Amino acid sequence: MSTQPYEIIIGLEVHVQLLTKTKLFCRCSTAFGAPPNTQTCPVCLGMPGALPVMNRRAFRLALKTGLALECDIPRRMKWDRKNYFYPDLPKGYQISQFDLPLARHGRLWIYDPQDRFPPRPIRILRAHLEEDAGKSMHDEAAGQQDSRIDLNRAGTPLLEIVSQPDLRSPQEAKAYLTELKLLLQYLGVSDCNMQEGSLRVDANINLHITTSSGSVATPIVEVKNMNSFRAVERAMEYEAQRQYAEWQATGLTREQAPKQTRGWDDQAEVTVAQRQKEESSDYRYFPDPDLAPVIVDDALLEQTRAELGELPAALRERLQRDYQLDAYSADVLVNQGRSLVDYFLEVAEACGDAKRAGNWVQQDVLRVLKERQMAIDRFPVSASALGDLLQRIGRGEIPSARGKDVFQRMLDHGESPSQAVDALGIEAVDEEAVYALCRELLDANPRIVEDVRGGKTQAVGALIGQAKKRNPNADPATVKRICLELIQRASS
Amino acid sequence: MNTILQQSAADLLARMQAGDLSAVEVTRTFLDRIHRTDGDLQAFLLVDDEGAMAAAERVDERRARGESLGALAGLPVAIKDVLCVRGQRTTCGSRMLAAFRPPYDATLVTKLRQADAILIGKTNMDEFAMGSSNENSAFHPVRNPWDRERVPGGSSGGAAASIAARQVPLSIGTDTGGSIRQPASFCGVVGLKPTYGRVSRYGLVAFASSLDQAGPLARDARDVALLLEAIAGHDPLDSTSAPRPVSPYASQMDEPLKGLRVGVVRSHLAEGVSAAVSSAVEAALDVLRSQGATLLDIDLPHGRYGVAAYYVIAPCEASSNLARYDGIHFGFRTHEPDMLSELAAERRTAGAEFTESALMRLYCRTRTEGFGLEVKRRIMLGTFALSAGYQGRYYQKALQVRRLIRQDYDQAFERVDIVLGPTTPTTAYRLGEKLSDPLSMYMGDLFTVGANLAGLPAISIPCGFDDQGLPIGMQALAPPFEEGRLLRLAHQYQRCTDWHTRRPKLP
Repeated sequence: MSTQPYEIIIGLEVHVQLLTKTKLFCRCSTAFGAPPNTQTCPVCLGMPGALPVMNRRAFRLALKTGLALECDIPRRMKWDRKNYFYPDLPKGYQISQFDLPLARHGRLWIYDPQDRFPPRPIRILRAHLEEDAGKSMHDEAAGQQDSRIDLNRAGTPLLEIVSQPDLRSPQEAKAYLTELKLLLQYLGVSDCNMQEGSLRVDANINLHITTSSGSVATPIVEVKNMNSFRAVERAMEYEAQRQYAEWQATGLTREQAPKQTRGWDDQAEVTVAQRQKEESSDYRYFPDPDLAPVIVDDALLEQTRAELGELPAALRERLQRDYQLDAYSADVLVNQGRSLVDYFLEVAEACGDAKRAGNWVQQDVLRVLKERQMAIDRFPVSASALGDLLQRIGRGEIPSARGKDVFQRMLDHGESPSQAVDALGIEAVDEEAVYALCRELLDANPRIVEDVRGGKTQAVGALIGQAKKRNPNADPATVKRICLELIQRASS
Repeated sequence: MNTILQQSAADLLARMQAGDLSAVEVTRTFLDRIHRTDGDLQAFLLVDDEGAMAAAERVDERRARGESLGALAGLPVAIKDVLCVRGQRTTCGSRMLAAFRPPYDATLVTKLRQADAILIGKTNMDEFAMGSSNENSAFHPVRNPWDRERVPGGSSGGAAASIAARQVPLSIGTDTGGSIRQPASFCGVVGLKPTYGRVSRYGLVAFASSLDQAGPLARDARDVALLLEAIAGHDPLDSTSAPRPVSPYASQMDEPLKGLRVGVVRSHLAEGVSAAVSSAVEAALDVLRSQGATLLDIDLPHGRYGVAAYYVIAPCEASSNLARYDGIHFGFRTHEPDMLSELAAERRTAGAEFTESALMRLYCRTRTEGFGLEVKRRIMLGTFALSAGYQGRYYQKALQVRRLIRQDYDQAFERVDIVLGPTTPTTAYRLGEKLSDPLSMYMGDLFTVGANLAGLPAISIPCGFDDQGLPIGMQALAPPFEEGRLLRLAHQYQRCTDWHTRRPKLP
């Protein structure tokens, strides 16, 4: 980072659709994927005489988010009209918040599991509640230049979250988005699905270049059309290089050039300049006279704070502190969502060994969830059942080598640990039996005994395989130890 | 003359309830009257003969079966064409909505249906409620029944004329700066603007959201009370609607006026007001005094800024409310083939510098063709007053003045129960007289804008005629939600005067 002659300055603007059943000002459904213009009514169509009525749940979700982001919340809130003409904006204005947003001056801590940058807080400038516009699709097929307007999305509740330009690298930008998405999912505020458009990102980026005469700022560029966090990272990387090259060629600084808008082209992996707007729009913001101001009192704030629940950062810390998980494992679990963390906690309590529980959940449970594309709430092995299994392994009742077999059986047949153990014919094998087994094996394999005596200790591996065939319950490590011991004894 | 046309809504209701009269007879009578007189007056934009007769039949059938009926059962009500009636052309007096059929009813209309009123038709109005003479209707002006060369007032000109001409017993208008009261005054009928929030605005096509209110017009206070009770009330679909129960206005009107404190702004009866108007109002004050009211002089010091503040705030809100009329989703759209060839021709001449898009041209042509002059004037004014660099000086300033005007009234109401004065400075002027001087027309709103800016209920009551036989109205204001007090004042006044019973001579 310090090898490049410039500092990258990034601010992110994120729009999230709130997880409500209905729109911000009317009762139309917000469900994704319906045929065009089937989720509309006079209110979201902006028909003459229609009036907005605030969705209480959307308001509460927005408030929760503001509090979770450690923001200041104003006690009296209003909504403003942002006036402009566009076909996907049926009223000719968007109901938004201008100078008194729902939340201000907060922060979100970011960190990198790969330690490429130290953990630090990114300041949140503001978050406000507004309605979404519809979708316009430009149909330029077959010489047509029609635009098609779908107003299903018009009126959907959005929270616009704007960071200060505190991010200093593409990796930080990605980490910010990852952490924000996780937080919003934990709060139940949004499902943050970029494919379905419930999370959209625009970035503002420029460089501070170190020159012999001091620091020079390049013109700020707004980058749009990034459809994944990975795309954001790549776009920022590309744009930083592009801006540096451009500055070297033109020397233009931020004071000398207006803010530019560029779109990310994911195929070509470049940003492309978009048509400059004629003049910067004057939205003529004024308070919407159709909406009454909302008073937020202490009681409401306290109640909402109480509903936040345990957030990812706190949860990560608790898992490390109280369950002795390492940072990486804590991160893996928390990133999977609260349900999975709860699953882990239950398993850990049930078997009394957080570390073992952590390993099993991270590896075996997550692997299956991924393979089967399922969420933890559909996972066939309950937390108590897995806890039971792990407890038995811990007590030595089930040889750890057979543990996975039992688990697989529980998974495939829905059996309890006891049933699975019985079905597999697993029994604890005592040392006497292992000794007897090893003596048999050694007698049957003089060549291997010779090899081991000769120094090729690895040769004993073949015996372990044979032991497993004769008695699958024998613990391979124990077999190895006893075989070597017997060979040792015999040779001395 | 047919007695049905002479009787009040309250009396007609009583007769129908007594079985003396059927809803069909009543509706038929008024429909005939409309068809006979409206070719000349043009108070209506739409008359729904079929729907009204069918509704009247249903009321009679249900009454015959002994079913309980709504409070207005069988009474024809005319609705200003700014309120949405499902499936029925609702034009707002504009070319922009000339063919628009709303897919829903305004809440007020729903309430009228629930009251079993007969929705007889939609009345003519100034375009998008902008105007004080009904000359801004895109279709045709309305004529004052008292003198057909004169304006009925506006913007609810059709509503007021229809009562004066006995075309209907009850009418609904809307009032943003005086649009119920001023035409009521010019037409010699009673018109009431409720407290802001008393009547739902859902389905009332917005002109200025913080000022608009729908309200009743009728021949007397009792009829106005009847209609107000039916339409008032909280509406969950309107965030600005007041969650207060509706008072039983009709039963509050019989209390005598003894002890009522009436405040008068002396300057409102001085220069700027015609002699006929001020003497009629002075005479009315004498009547009230004789009924036991106490008169006090009050001052509303910021009242003189009312017109200026109103003509900033209302256009600002209108410029935003009317942005939706863009030819995209509903309503009028310019003729696209013509537009595209016009654009192509310009592009050819101008060459590379030509940057206007088809979308922009669509917006411009649609709004140029769809809106009338006064609407355009106000949209431009409002856009300007909200624009960057000017908003503080105009819009914000006007809001501050508004608060001062409200404070004036609050202080006055600590000393008086009613504020009384003329509704308008003059009687009805001639058609065409003020069209070339919009500012002079605006000044006619001098006494009425205060109630809208302050959100207060206000009523216009007929109180005399000038020497040309033109009606004069007096206006009373009360504190918020005291419509009952206004109606009581009007009713008691009407018990010992007969101005409200006079009717224009019509062919």
